[in-house]
Amino acid sequence: MQLPTHWRRRGTFVLVVLCLLLTGCSSALLDPKGQIGVEQRSLILTSFGLMLIVVIPVIVMTLLFGWRYRRSNSAAKYLPDWAHSNAIEAAVWTVPCLIIVVLAFLTFKTSHSLDPHKPLESDVEPMEIQAVALDWKWLFIYPEQGIASVNELAFPVDTPVRFRVSSGSVMNAFFIPRLGSQIYAMAGMDNDVHLIADEEGVYPGRSTNYSGAGFSGMTFDAHVTSADEFDAWVENVRAADDTLTFPEGYNALAEPTEYHPVEYFSAVTPELYEAIVSSFHGGEGSGHGGHGGHTSHGDAISDAQDSHGESSELESANAAPQQAAIGHVTNQHAGDDHAISGHPTSIEAGG
Amino acid sequence: MFGKLTLDAIPYHEPIIMIVAAFMAIGGAALLGALTYYRKWGWLWNEWFTSVDHKKLGIMYFVVALVMLLRGFADAIMMRTQLAMAAGGAAGYLPPEHYDQIFTAHGVIMIFFVAMPMVIGLMNLVVPLQIGARDVAFPFLNNLSFWLFAVSAILVNISLVVGEFAKTGWLAYAPLSGIEFSPGVGVDYWIWALQISGIGTTLTGINFFVTILKMRTKGMTLFRMPIFTWTSLCANVLIIASFPILTATIALLTLDRYFGMHFFTNDFGGNMMMYVNLIWAWGHPEVYILILPAFGVFSEVIATFARKRLFGYKTMVWATVAITLLSFIVWLHHFFTMGAGANVNAFFGIMTMIIAIPTGVKVFNWLFTIYRGSLELTSPVLWTLGFIITFTLGGMTGVMLALPAANFVLHNSLFVIAHFHNVIIGGVVFGMMAGLTYWFPKAFGFTLSEKWGKRSFWCWFIGFYVAFMPLYVLSFFGAVRRMQSYANPEWQPWMILAWVGAVIIMMGIACTIIQFWVSIRDRKLNADLTGDPWDGRTLEWSTSSPAPFYNFARLPEVGDIDSFWSQKQRSNEQLDEAPYTDIHMPRNTVAGPVISFFALIMGFALVWHIWWLAAFGALGVVVSFIARVFNEDIDYYVPAAEVARIEREHQKRKTSAPSSAVSDREQTNYVEARA
Repeated sequence: MQLPTHWRRRGTFVLVVLCLLLTGCSSALLDPKGQIGVEQRSLILTSFGLMLIVVIPVIVMTLLFGWRYRRSNSAAKYLPDWAHSNAIEAAVWTVPCLIIVVLAFLTFKTSHSLDPHKPLESDVEPMEIQAVALDWKWLFIYPEQGIASVNELAFPVDTPVRFRVSSGSVMNAFFIPRLGSQIYAMAGMDNDVHLIADEEGVYPGRSTNYSGAGFSGMTFDAHVTSADEFDAWVENVRAADDTLTFPEGYNALAEPTEYHPVEYFSAVTPELYEAIVSSFHGGEGSGHGGHGGHTSHGDAISDAQDSHGESSELESANAAPQQAAIGHVTNQHAGDDHAISGHPTSIEAGG
Repeated sequence: MFGKLTLDAIPYHEPIIMIVAAFMAIGGAALLGALTYYRKWGWLWNEWFTSVDHKKLGIMYFVVALVMLLRGFADAIMMRTQLAMAAGGAAGYLPPEHYDQIFTAHGVIMIFFVAMPMVIGLMNLVVPLQIGARDVAFPFLNNLSFWLFAVSAILVNISLVVGEFAKTGWLAYAPLSGIEFSPGVGVDYWIWALQISGIGTTLTGINFFVTILKMRTKGMTLFRMPIFTWTSLCANVLIIASFPILTATIALLTLDRYFGMHFFTNDFGGNMMMYVNLIWAWGHPEVYILILPAFGVFSEVIATFARKRLFGYKTMVWATVAITLLSFIVWLHHFFTMGAGANVNAFFGIMTMIIAIPTGVKVFNWLFTIYRGSLELTSPVLWTLGFIITFTLGGMTGVMLALPAANFVLHNSLFVIAHFHNVIIGGVVFGMMAGLTYWFPKAFGFTLSEKWGKRSFWCWFIGFYVAFMPLYVLSFFGAVRRMQSYANPEWQPWMILAWVGAVIIMMGIACTIIQFWVSIRDRKLNADLTGDPWDGRTLEWSTSSPAPFYNFARLPEVGDIDSFWSQKQRSNEQLDEAPYTDIHMPRNTVAGPVISFFALIMGFALVWHIWWLAAFGALGVVVSFIARVFNEDIDYYVPAAEVARIEREHQKRKTSAPSSAVSDREQTNYVEARA
């Protein structure tokens, strides 16, 4: 009686070991470095194991029946009109149903527990980093520190991080495989994902959603460090010569580039992220040059700025109410349906 | 005068394209020369291009699909070669500019111009025969559908040498496909190829829906229809319900691109999320349009070669209907990572998993059809067994992707690529290969070489696993789809292994080509004189091979499921000998090719903004359509004497054949063993 459970455990163990052997420790999803990733790994392995309950019998039956009932095997029974059996029908409906019931329960539970918008529970004060996908690089803004970086990310270990994710161009997706969940980056939409790392290290991150010619180079390193080292990194960034202003500096940065080197900005225009998001919400005449086409935009940018010289004041004035709206919406993220949370802002403002 | 079109549109500087173009030109010239030399133009035009015979249209769909398969596969092997090379900073041999067009073209071609025409071609060939009809409900529309599809395939191929193809991925997500980020003509080629062929597909959907509902022979109630007809019916319901969404979505994108509107742009209230939702509201039913008829093929193949009634016929039907309905409420699982809330994600995740239940039931029903059967291990059966194993694994990875919380790490990775090739190769390709082999004698009057068919199967089966299992592994390393190069050299061995798999699949395709060659060479030896080479169960096997153009001299009557089988079981005597009557048949028409030719001109002109030519093309479409509408001479009667003559000949051939179907096949095997 003990045997089946024992075997199943051993089976799962063998399975995990096999997977690890196959892919080694370099497998980001099987060797995660954060709580979200760990839970996602166990979810993947659990569902895999559950489905093997059906998959293995099917494969065995296919081979067994195919061989046993081959025409040349006269020993096997042949019943040409046997085409119905209540017992078999009941079994083939019930077993998949039961597995799907378990999986559905699992789906519902983990959809909530691993909701990317859900703040993580931790004793440590959470921090916020804002990620903006540009052609073809990532701009990371640290609102609390007032700094920004391109294609390099740093944050302290064991600290919950809320990444707010948007785009200054086409759609991308923000993903650090070792830490777990990815989320789409869309222009004019304020998306977010909560992640945490429980081990120091350098973890590669990238855009996973194809965004044009420079897509393959849209990668970055996430440096997960001790609190002290993070402070040192911040100081290092603050020592940089460049600052990032909106819209001029930002528009220059938003020009399409491929394999963009790491860049630091010692200071940024306040509410830069909100300004970028809301720059897409303007209707007629609210120029926002930054997301010009992949080919020719230089002119478009200057045109847009010329058309209203008060551009920057306007944007920052706009930014305040916009930001309030965004903040309001995203604060609900902890709640249930913010699916469309990006929408109200974009549609209201854009409509 | 010529809009955006200049001589610069021809990519002289791209050696790969120029070499391909040269081969295409030489091949095309050789074909045209041969047709002229052997004076086959009239035959081709009168017997094939203008034909409204559903069997000939089915064959033409397959011919175009197989040619496009070669093109789509060339794209595939180029991509695999690039990724096998471009590791750790190496650039490979395809710059992103070119690579991005290739993966877009690969997806578009394989779905719209290979899988769809194979499925529709098979429906054309088989459905009217299975329901005991003489043709489809609207024979002219059927011809028009084919030609609209064929000119779209031509348009896609023109993009290879004139201009460029889209660099957006096969679904052309906005805003990347908008004019701001894709100012070239690539997306316009995509738009017009899909619009023209999409209209053809919608017409096909309506045509077959009406055909199946209204033209079944006497006694064939819905629950006596063969399973392939059932799955086709469901696929056509899906076409009718979903293709208009595609047409409307692409029309909105067209307004954005051509008239500066803002449905899907970043700014002015445009919403890319709307595009993604709409395109998948079509896109998910689309995969079931492809897979349901394949399920039908496997059901027919397995029942025939196990010489046993299909297990749980009613369950099969209801499972198919359930899948049809469910396929409309799962589309969001393609983009959980958009950031919808937990409840929305959970709903769509659970709905997706529920589809696994009827699908699982179908799998078990196939297995219990084999159980206590007498299974002949022919190549269609090998494709079916290979399908059951491969598709089950693909279904499993599909359920993993349907778990929103797991999808957050698997989405957009190579896991997705491996998954859908797992179900599309394992399901649709295997199904179409099985169906092709199974119904080939009904189309041509001789069977395909089993030896080369089996070789093709083993190459595809092994090649699939070698090519795609490494992608599952790579997805766990964090490798994503659509990347042209990657920094991590540890990925390279897996990429090389995947390349080897692609080469094995290429050998499978080569085996199929050899199979055609060998089978055509030995067509006399492999002739199917009885019309029933496999000891079949359904009506299509009751008429001669190839089926006469009127399908049935006397419309059959049906008393139960598998009625041809039970009729054979009851007796061998020839029952009624009621006199033949005149048969009412549709006339061939030039309208289909002519209308579609003007549609091609219009599409090409719209791509290049040559407005006068577009107007000319549009006018041509309208005028030739009106001309057709006023044409009253669209049908004729085959005299009873002519029917009697054709049937007598068939009987003569039948009696000259060895007495039973089995010995017929044994003779085939014997011939092959000697060859």
